[in-house]
Amino acid sequence: MSLSPLVAVVDYGAGNLVSIEQALMAVGARVVLAEDASAMSGADALLVPGVGAAAPAMDRVQRQGLVEPIRRWIADDRPFLGICLGLQLLFEGSDEDGATTLDILPGRTVRLEDAPTLPHIGWNQVERRREHAIFDGIADASDFYFVHSYAGAVADEASDVVLADTTHGQPFVSAIATGALIGVQFHPERSGTDGLRLLSNFVDLVRSGGLATGAGTAATLATSR
Amino acid sequence: MLRRRVIPCLDVANGRVVKGTRFVDLVDEGDPPELAARYAAEGADELVFLDISAAREGRATLLEIVERTARRAFVPLTVGGGVRSVDEMRAVLRAGADRVSLNTAAVADPSLISRCAARFGSQAVVVAIDARSAPSGGWEVLVAGGREPTSLEAVAWAREAAERGAGELLVTSIDRDGTQSGFDTELLRAITSAVTVPVIASGGAAGPADFVAAVTEGGADAVLAASIFHRRIHSIGEVKAAMAAAGLPVRLTGVAA
Repeated sequence: MSLSPLVAVVDYGAGNLVSIEQALMAVGARVVLAEDASAMSGADALLVPGVGAAAPAMDRVQRQGLVEPIRRWIADDRPFLGICLGLQLLFEGSDEDGATTLDILPGRTVRLEDAPTLPHIGWNQVERRREHAIFDGIADASDFYFVHSYAGAVADEASDVVLADTTHGQPFVSAIATGALIGVQFHPERSGTDGLRLLSNFVDLVRSGGLATGAGTAATLATSR
Repeated sequence: MLRRRVIPCLDVANGRVVKGTRFVDLVDEGDPPELAARYAAEGADELVFLDISAAREGRATLLEIVERTARRAFVPLTVGGGVRSVDEMRAVLRAGADRVSLNTAAVADPSLISRCAARFGSQAVVVAIDARSAPSGGWEVLVAGGREPTSLEAVAWAREAAERGAGELLVTSIDRDGTQSGFDTELLRAITSAVTVPVIASGGAAGPADFVAAVTEGGADAVLAASIFHRRIHSIGEVKAAMAAAGLPVRLTGVAA
């Protein structure tokens, strides 16, 4: 692999990709925007960004022929980072609009409970349940930027994938990791120095092969489902 | 716990930051991406650009500075001023904004709020409400940069905007804007009591105590100011220190004193 890993950022037509592209380049990655599966082929890692509702996003992911390629990527336990909606899409479905999503992780995307304000917009603390190299050099309970009203509720049988929680009303899952799959509900590309550090850790893990642990829970989950 | 945000606002005209003041003519304050990067380094939780260019030719320039800013400052960016359609909003988001604020066009056609929210999600749609005290009590909504009155009552409009899918409201007191006499906490309280979406307070900041009052008395989730930061009367660090001393949750990581 090149010293500068190639990250394919899935472009399904909505929102701001400039920030994520620039943040990845700032931490030493090369970036290709992937509107279809062919653009993913030479990549070392796949990143699904996104904000907003699940149904229109799934429509576009389907129209662009990306459902099976994304599922296969994760089943092969290749480095993957899902951000915000890009994490939510990995669950079975979303309560936001009833959309059926990629069904890779057990659980559903649900509305934040007892939230004093919605959407949950701003900086909030990410509290770790366990250590992981994706958070190297970042203090526990550091602030990251959130902008969402829904979050993935991981099913009990898969609770060991949970990496961190955040509280707005009730606690919700703000980061997961299993095998080469990482997912975060916050926006590292908009979270200043700590956000860049997290992306830098991801790129380092891609470069060193550190995510291909063989633990492969996500691969197992994806294959079995 | 969710932090209360401190947001510097940059008024942008024809690609430059201008001083938004009543006392002198527009003064060039510099390059928007340059100032944005400075504020991000000083601890700004978010940035707002308001495009006040009179002419439509300003649009291409705006998109260009949004992109240059997104490539330099890794904090969230909200852009407003003259966005009139779903397509225009899409262009601003694609250029690198995270959220877009709608004002005059949303008053003219409130369905714009729901259409933008359906396409990009509520979290991307901020509705900016410019309000001033009405002679009959309450507050009336103004449009066109605070120059034209409307028949809308501000609290009712806030409620309608939220129901139509606005994910946040940016509430500016036209009575206080530029006067440095403190935020209109009564207006803020009336609106924050009426909606569950977060509210950004704007208009009238003179010092750190005003930011505290906007939250404790007005119920604001975020507080925005322009001139006191541009003129370096107070730093973001001073404001946040005052908020923290008042027991408010603020993000202090990376904040320069």
